[in-house]
Parts: sequence; C-alpha cells; structure tokens
Amino acid sequence: MQGHGNVHAASALCPFLEITTLMIRTKNPLIPYLFVAPLVVLLLFIFGYPLVQIFGFSFRRIRGIDGPWVGLENYQLILNQPLFRESVQHNLQLLIAVPIIIILSIVVAVILYDRVPGWRIYRTIVFIPYILAVPIVAVVLKKFFQFDGPFNESLRVLGLDLFALDWLGSPNFALWTIMSVVIWREVGFGIVLMLARLLSLDEEMLEAAQLDGATWWQRLWYIILPQMAGVIEFYFVVSFITMIAAVFSYIFMISKGGPGTSTMVLEMYIFNFLTRSSLPGVASAVSVMLFLVTMVLILLLFWLRRGEHEQELA
Amino acid sequence: MNESVHNIESRASQAASRRQRWLSPGMIVRQAVLLFGVFLALAPAVYMLITAFKTKEEYLFDKIGLPDQLVLVNFSEALVQNPFLLWMRNSTILALGAVLLSTVVAALAAFAIARMDFRGRNLLLSISTSLMVIPPVVMIVPLFVLYTRLSLMSTFHGTILIYAGLITPFSVYLLVSFFRTLPTEILEAALIDGATPLGVLWRVVIPLSGPPLLTLFVVNALYVWNDLLIALIFLQSDDSRTLMAGLSVFQGRYNNQIPLTMAGMVMASLPMLILYIIFQRYFIRGLTAGALK
Repeated sequence: MQGHGNVHAASALCPFLEITTLMIRTKNPLIPYLFVAPLVVLLLFIFGYPLVQIFGFSFRRIRGIDGPWVGLENYQLILNQPLFRESVQHNLQLLIAVPIIIILSIVVAVILYDRVPGWRIYRTIVFIPYILAVPIVAVVLKKFFQFDGPFNESLRVLGLDLFALDWLGSPNFALWTIMSVVIWREVGFGIVLMLARLLSLDEEMLEAAQLDGATWWQRLWYIILPQMAGVIEFYFVVSFITMIAAVFSYIFMISKGGPGTSTMVLEMYIFNFLTRSSLPGVASAVSVMLFLVTMVLILLLFWLRRGEHEQELA
Repeated sequence: MNESVHNIESRASQAASRRQRWLSPGMIVRQAVLLFGVFLALAPAVYMLITAFKTKEEYLFDKIGLPDQLVLVNFSEALVQNPFLLWMRNSTILALGAVLLSTVVAALAAFAIARMDFRGRNLLLSISTSLMVIPPVVMIVPLFVLYTRLSLMSTFHGTILIYAGLITPFSVYLLVSFFRTLPTEILEAALIDGATPLGVLWRVVIPLSGPPLLTLFVVNALYVWNDLLIALIFLQSDDSRTLMAGLSVFQGRYNNQIPLTMAGMVMASLPMLILYIIFQRYFIRGLTAGALK
C-alpha cells in the first residue's frame, strides 16, 4: 500500500484485479465464511436493512414505528410541496461548486507538482481546512461573514464598501456564501488528492516532452491531464454526491436552512421530517430519491471505468 | 526543473540554476498563487485564534487586528459554563469504540478476502467497496425508527455500531489492499509450523500492519470525531452529546459573544490539529487512499 495509496484510490471502484497470491488452504471450507461473517452481519445491519426499509417506509404512513400502506401518497406530498422543490433546486445550484473545486484543485496541484520550493509545506497548509471539522469551520466562517464581521470590515478598509454585503443574512447571497465555504474546505482535499495522483505519474514521458520543447500548457493538456482522467472522474462523482447529499453540517451550523428557506437542502428536509414532524415515511421517500441518484452516479463511474479498462486491455 | 539534467551538472551551476528558478517569472507567479492559497487556507483559522484572545469590547471596534493583550478569560468562561470535557470524552469513547470494532471486523474479513479462496469473495469486496460512496443520510431514517423501538437511542453502544458500520467499508478496502502485498513466504512458514489461520492473522499479519492500522485509526477517528448528523439524531440526551453536537448548542448560547465562541472553537479543533501535526503522512495517505470520506 505504501506509496501506492493514490493508485488504489484511482481504482477504488473498479472491479478488483486478481493478484496472484498464495491462498491459505483451510482444513474446513467453512473457515473463510466465519472470517467474513461479522462483516456481512455489520453491513447488512447498517446498510442492507436501511436501504431495503427506506423503500418500504416510503409507501407507508409511519407513525411511531409502523403504519398503513398509502401507496405513492408520500411521494405526491413532497413533489407538490414548494419547500421540497426549493430544496432540490438549492442542491442543484450547489453543483456549480463541482467544476470549480476540480479546476482549482488541479491548478494548485500542478503548480505544486513542478516542485516549487517549499511544496511540502504548502501541501501541509492547504490540507488544514479539510482537517478542521465542518461544524467548527462553519461557526467560524459564519461569524467571519457577518454583516459587521471581519470580512466586510476588511472590504471597507480597502475602500470596497460597495461589496460589503449581508453575505449570510440576505436570502439572495446566503446559499452562494455557504457554497464558497464548502469549496474552500473541499479544495484542500482535492489538491492533496490530485497531487498524490500526479506524484505517481511516469516522469519519463514528461521529461521526453520537455526535451522535445513542449510548453508548460502542452505538457499539462496532452500528457498530465489524460493520465489523470481516472482520478478526475472519480473525484467528480464524489464531489457531486457531496453537494447533493453531504452538506448537512454546513447548513445546520450556519443557517439551518434560512434566512427564510433560502438555504434549505434535501438533507435538512429529511432531518426536519424525521426529528420535528416525526414523519419517517415522508423522510424515507426523500431518502429513496437521494439513494437512486447516488446509485446512478456510481453506475456511471463503473461504466466509465469499464470503458477505460477495455481500452487498456485492447 | 529536469532532474536528470540536474544530475550531470556541477554543483556551482546547480546553485546558479536554483537562483534562476527562484527568480524566473514563472516561479514568481507560482509562488504568488501559492502564497495567496496559503492566505485563504489559513485566514479563518487565524481569525479564530486571534479573536479567541480578545475581550468582547475589543472585538466590537477591532475585528481584524491582533489582540492588545492575550486574554484567557474566554477560554475559562467557555470551559466553566459548558461541559466541553464531557463532550470530548463522549466523542473519544465513540471514536475509539467505532474504530476498534471496525478494525477487528475488517481485519478478519480482509484477511479472508485477501488470502483465502472462497465463493463470493470478489462480490463481497465489490459490494463493500461500493458502499463507501453511499451518503449516511440515506440510512438514518430506518435506523432511527429501529433504534427507537429497541431503546438504543442515546446509547453509546448503539451509536458506535452505526459509526463502525459506516467506516468499515473503507477499513476493509484498505486492509485488503495491504494484506495482498504481504510476502507469501512468511505466511507459508507460519502455516507449516502448524498455526491456525486466526493465529497467522494475529501473530504474523497484524504485527506487520502497523502503517495501515495507524492510517485506519486517524482517518476513521477523524470521521467519527467530526460527524454531526448521526450525533445529532442518535445521541440526543445531554450527557451523551458529542463535541460537534455540543458546539451547535454552544454557538446558539453565545450568539453575540464572538470571542467566547471562538475560544470554544479553538479548544474543539485542538485535538485533531495535534493529531494531524503528529501523523500528517498517515492523514494524507489514508484520506487519498479512500478519497471518499
């Protein structure tokens, strides 16, 4: 694993390549199953049971722990609710962050890859946002972007009073401000991920290209980026899922969906239906939709991977 | 820039070219971009730190400057008025419990998947690996209903089970990759000496697995420690609250006392920052290997 972690990351979702290793022969053929039994039980309990049950729940009006079959009523309820449509829309708007995160990550990683003096220290520092917990980051930046907070204060010092807006208090800007916070933290991870992949590239090709007089852009475009296609696709899918279904901590700590409903997202919607309104059936219907979107993305990644695999083999 | 060319150059010209590299326009642009990146990456942390040492009055008229003098009263007030130590204790119990459980379950399974031949081996690994990308929010509703019925709400063992389940696909993935790289001679030798598979795992494989186990520890502990969603839903009682859930209560309590809030945030971020400084390479290696958390 050492030194190859990045290679494995790139192959994380592709079917595992068979590596010829010595297999331990056990006297009893059941022994391997005993070794994997705890894993199977744990995964069935935490993933298997809930993933089956959200479908069952989504067709029932659950009060407490069970309830009558109501068909598609839960789905009709949410699809007709403006708040649900608004939440979906906000999650979709957050997707704008995905290309921004990927491009920023690649640019900084490529700069670091040129072995700029001090690149290791830079790598350590840009990773710090990702190490800090989201709730901490969220609280600090919430205060940072207050109307009379340090961000606007700095703008005023620079004579940019015009841009000292109410970043989180105004429904027009709040979602975009939260999106910048997500980008700020996720790029820290993206840079380190892209750099890890870059450091495992074959340097001979780059050296040959340089001797042939290729410019920096040509090397980036024709040699580096094609080799990074796998990790970029992978990170694209991961960031996509993050924006659709893993921004709860930011929203909960910064705005709880407000002001008004201007930063309401699907996770917050599920959370409210589960804990405030106690309507697990409705919450499950939303979970089902999130799960299906996630599945489509995972299958897309598998499909992309398979295509590349066949190309490599051909 | 080009390593092989550098190798055949004399030391003197190397030094000269290094100076040239530093002063070339391309390098100046790159350094400028990186320094700006460092500024952006650190600005919030620096703001948090300097504000924590200001008095409330000082913050009112100075939002960005350094504190006049280092005031510690925010820290003591935050500590006295809030059960920070209890929250940290709870988070530690959950992180250690979940990491331990997940590591045991994953090590057993990964050993079988990597080193034993049985039907369904690849299928199990593919399914387990795919589960890494399922967002936890999808699973919480049925678990919430089930836990209410089984009276597992606000219990550490119930929540440890959830966290352990969520981090185990990554543990399995990482350990399988590692176990496959182990030299076969060692395992063979142990087996010839009459060791059982469990004995080989415990006495031969685990002692060789220091780096991956440490990687698992930091990555998984970071995940559990930093989580908010599961903690809010499954640990609702006051005495089982985790640090992150505690912070949401804490920030609501001191809406206008920003230096006090920042003191709390500084204390909350210290444990993981210290771990990061000590085990930096394991964080970087582990988080990029999983790339999913």
